[in-house]
Amino acid sequence: MSTTVVNAEAEGKTWGGGNQPLKASYGKMMMWFFIVSDALTFSGFLAAYGFSRFKFIDSWPIADEVFTHVPFLHGQELPMIYVAFMTFILIMSSVTMVLAVDAGHHMNKAKVTIYMFLTIIGGLIFVGSQAWEWGTFIKGDFGAVQTKGGNILQFGHYVDVDGEKEFERVALRDFVVSDPHADRTQQERKNGLWFVSEGTLPPYTMEEVVHGLETHENVLVRTQIINDEGHKTVLSREESLRQIKEYGKLAVEGANLHVNEYGSPLFADFFFFITGFHGFHVFSGVVINIIIFFNVILGTYERRKSYEMVEKVGLYWHFVDLVWVFVFTFFYLV
Amino acid sequence: MAHEHKLEIFRGLLKFKSNTQKIWGVLIFLSIVTAVEVVLGIYKPESLMKHVLGMKGLNWIFIILTIVKAYYITWDFMHMRDETKGLRRAVVWTTIFLILYLVFILLQEGGYVFNVYKDGFIKRDF
Repeated sequence: MSTTVVNAEAEGKTWGGGNQPLKASYGKMMMWFFIVSDALTFSGFLAAYGFSRFKFIDSWPIADEVFTHVPFLHGQELPMIYVAFMTFILIMSSVTMVLAVDAGHHMNKAKVTIYMFLTIIGGLIFVGSQAWEWGTFIKGDFGAVQTKGGNILQFGHYVDVDGEKEFERVALRDFVVSDPHADRTQQERKNGLWFVSEGTLPPYTMEEVVHGLETHENVLVRTQIINDEGHKTVLSREESLRQIKEYGKLAVEGANLHVNEYGSPLFADFFFFITGFHGFHVFSGVVINIIIFFNVILGTYERRKSYEMVEKVGLYWHFVDLVWVFVFTFFYLV
Repeated sequence: MAHEHKLEIFRGLLKFKSNTQKIWGVLIFLSIVTAVEVVLGIYKPESLMKHVLGMKGLNWIFIILTIVKAYYITWDFMHMRDETKGLRRAVVWTTIFLILYLVFILLQEGGYVFNVYKDGFIKRDF
């Protein structure tokens, strides 16, 4: 009795909590403000990436040379094609999500179910692609040498393409032969000193790399420094040998949080951190979508006579898409 | 139920008959923008590599196209177009102001650190 009286009095009272200036429900508004805070988190990461990039503006890895692989197409250099595909998948799943929201407005349970299902599938394809992309990046392709100062020296040679000399990368495994007698076993926790282990051994020792470089006359070293034409600087033969002999410390293949065959380790760190954080958002988005999907099937929103919950997760899902648009630009395009 | 949607995009240049149609229309637009970005990214036309305001012209194009895409995702997929002015401004202006501020300081500082490495005597210890 008393509650109904209070409600009736509050309605229409501008200063008594009776008006809704933003005309949005509490849940939807809070989702918007969560998105604002999450957007600031992501922009903090991307701005930090920008900081590091401006700090090493003359030696940052060129994304086109890093992400060149497409599943099932081995050995072909197709920069950006796969990321473009991933972007399209995510936009497409955004579309099915907004169609689900629209169907919800019309209280059409069957359509909401189908569109939610398609959205989940799109999200799963995206997360899977992301995992594949990580795997390829971690595995690496050409290999390089890290110097004592922490820089990266890559290898390649000049080939004739239509009468013009073009620089083509050469993989470590194509000119370095590992000496079977010098093979050292990795120290594991279970043998030798108890509970003492060491990290993965480098694929080749520095002596093997130097020997390989000496026996292959045409192989040259490419440094991280970007020249005026926007390419990485290629050294002369003498300078290549000198740099490797004098400064070479470690042969590296692939990328992790410590070394990165493509250039600055910071590039790999930010790649793992930002795409990882985004991938985690996609993953949790998929989980939330699945929960909502089952609620739709069970008819929860039918009984509630409102599909607003679909709209709220929809906001989150679009936000994840929105972030990817920026990650795509700043990691792969610019 | 009051679910009024504003159905025109490009400032009224294109008006759709239903909300579903508008969604597909926006998808086509976003796909075209992405395709343009990818093609420019692969071929990198020489004429766009000139520096404009301290950055390659091509990079400016990428950033502007990204903001265009972000606008349509927020306005049409997230239905910001249908929200009240108050909610829209609370969300969008706050975010944009804070992000611009953050990006400005961090990029400025990054450029400064680069110059210290390049021209100064300090090499690695800060």
